[in-house]
Amino acid sequence: MTTNMIELSSVSRWYGNVVAVNDVTLTIGPGVTGLLGPNGAGKTTVLHMMAGFLAPSQGSVLVNGTPSWRNPEVYRSLGLVTERESVPGYLTAWEFVHASAVLHKLPDAEAAARRAIDLVEMGEAMDRRIGTYSKGMRQRTRVAAALVHDPSVLLLDEPFNGMDPRQRMHMMDLLHRMAGEGRTILFSSHILEEVEQLSGTVQVIVSGRLAASGDYRHIRRLMTNRPHEFVISSSDDRRLAAALMCLPSVSGVELGTAGLQVRASDFGGFTRELAKVARAQGIRLSQLLPSDESLERVFSYLVAS
Amino acid sequence: MNLMIIRITLRALLGRRRALLLLPIPVLLIGLTGFATTTGVAVERWAPILLNGMGLGVLLPLTALIVGSSVLGLEIEDGTITHILTKPLPRRDIIVSKLLVAWLVTTVAAGVPLGVAGAIADGATMGTALFVGAAVGALAYSALFLALSVVTRRPVIIGMSYILIWENLLGTYVDGTKVLSVRQFSSTITDTIAGNPLLQSTLSVTTAAVMAGVFVLLGTVSATHRLRSFSLAGDTN
Repeated sequence: MTTNMIELSSVSRWYGNVVAVNDVTLTIGPGVTGLLGPNGAGKTTVLHMMAGFLAPSQGSVLVNGTPSWRNPEVYRSLGLVTERESVPGYLTAWEFVHASAVLHKLPDAEAAARRAIDLVEMGEAMDRRIGTYSKGMRQRTRVAAALVHDPSVLLLDEPFNGMDPRQRMHMMDLLHRMAGEGRTILFSSHILEEVEQLSGTVQVIVSGRLAASGDYRHIRRLMTNRPHEFVISSSDDRRLAAALMCLPSVSGVELGTAGLQVRASDFGGFTRELAKVARAQGIRLSQLLPSDESLERVFSYLVAS
Repeated sequence: MNLMIIRITLRALLGRRRALLLLPIPVLLIGLTGFATTTGVAVERWAPILLNGMGLGVLLPLTALIVGSSVLGLEIEDGTITHILTKPLPRRDIIVSKLLVAWLVTTVAAGVPLGVAGAIADGATMGTALFVGAAVGALAYSALFLALSVVTRRPVIIGMSYILIWENLLGTYVDGTKVLSVRQFSSTITDTIAGNPLLQSTLSVTTAAVMAGVFVLLGTVSATHRLRSFSLAGDTN
């Protein structure tokens, strides 16, 4: 059996004439993976199909080797936190999480509920009605309910919505720890800094298609049609600029106060040749920073292309 | 059947202000019946209007509609249904649990007052007959309205149309529609047990019992089937 894996193969989903998800094939394994995309790109549709709440019009969606659609058994190892903030406000957090544990038919529902509530640091407020909670507390309660059965695969749709910075840090730490234990965690977010902090691995959906998949730094290096930008500081920036312009891998150099801004059309060629050129010119390099390898840049390139 | 779902559903149902809607008609029915007995008018003159018209024709279906469309419909509406659906539970268990709650609450909120009103009007036999007839009707109505709440986004409008147009309008003028009228099942069973002329029914008791069973079965099966394919809207539709 394929454990801790989400597999989509040639998955499409359409509503009448509108294609929401178009021929997506991807595999997500243990670790934290970010699901990125502009609004309306199809992220939630993909998540809902993975969670068994939407049938693929075409293709197959497997979680831990079994189809998620019309298969309640999949929830033994799958946890879901939906984007819609829906929690029964008349229950306390304890009642809500404990009910989840009982519905999962866990052998020791009380212990499981207490562990899940402690994980999200809701112990002190757990006897208050959920209706009296802040948005962040409600979100943490939902996460506790999704974690109560210790799932090996966890799907979270915009999990940081409404959380304050401290709660966000705590949640990120929790997801990191869970990923470190070998779980598969997929979360969607429209806040790129969150994704950057939490995960290097991303699945980027643009207009219903999988635009890129993998480590975003690696994705950036594969974008050969866009020059890579570097900031370089050296013992003699002006002379280095002249030398670099002679390299075929360099398409532009700008001399600024912060150092040299270099645009390289061939990432591999440039990084190999830079040291040789500097050594030949007797120039000491003190700093070499890729300036467009941030997730934000990668994302903007993918969306624009 | 699942006890935790039953408990949560009962709390959700009875903890909302909507539950207060269940109070006025039973109180009015019992009050009017009590008042009618003091007027000295023959019971045959007012009992059919109060017990059949107001009780089985209004109180029972309206209560069943409010309760039956709420037990699952409200969770679908506010999205909390995902908490139950993300559990490894057979969907049939969820539907049967919801149906049981809807039936019990409708029977208590409509069947008991009807039984009390019947007993005040014409003694214990009439009271028992009305309670049993209402309980059977409550089960059939609950299955119908529960199924509507899963199958359609407008369960209350469709349910009201069924009560007003099918049962009360067509049921009065077109005899053939009675075989698909839950109200007729209730009044037939009540009439059979009571054995008095206060409620006149045209269906046979076998037809009423079998058709009530068909409503329960079809309602449960279609609601279960639909819940198995329950979909959440994506961000692009």
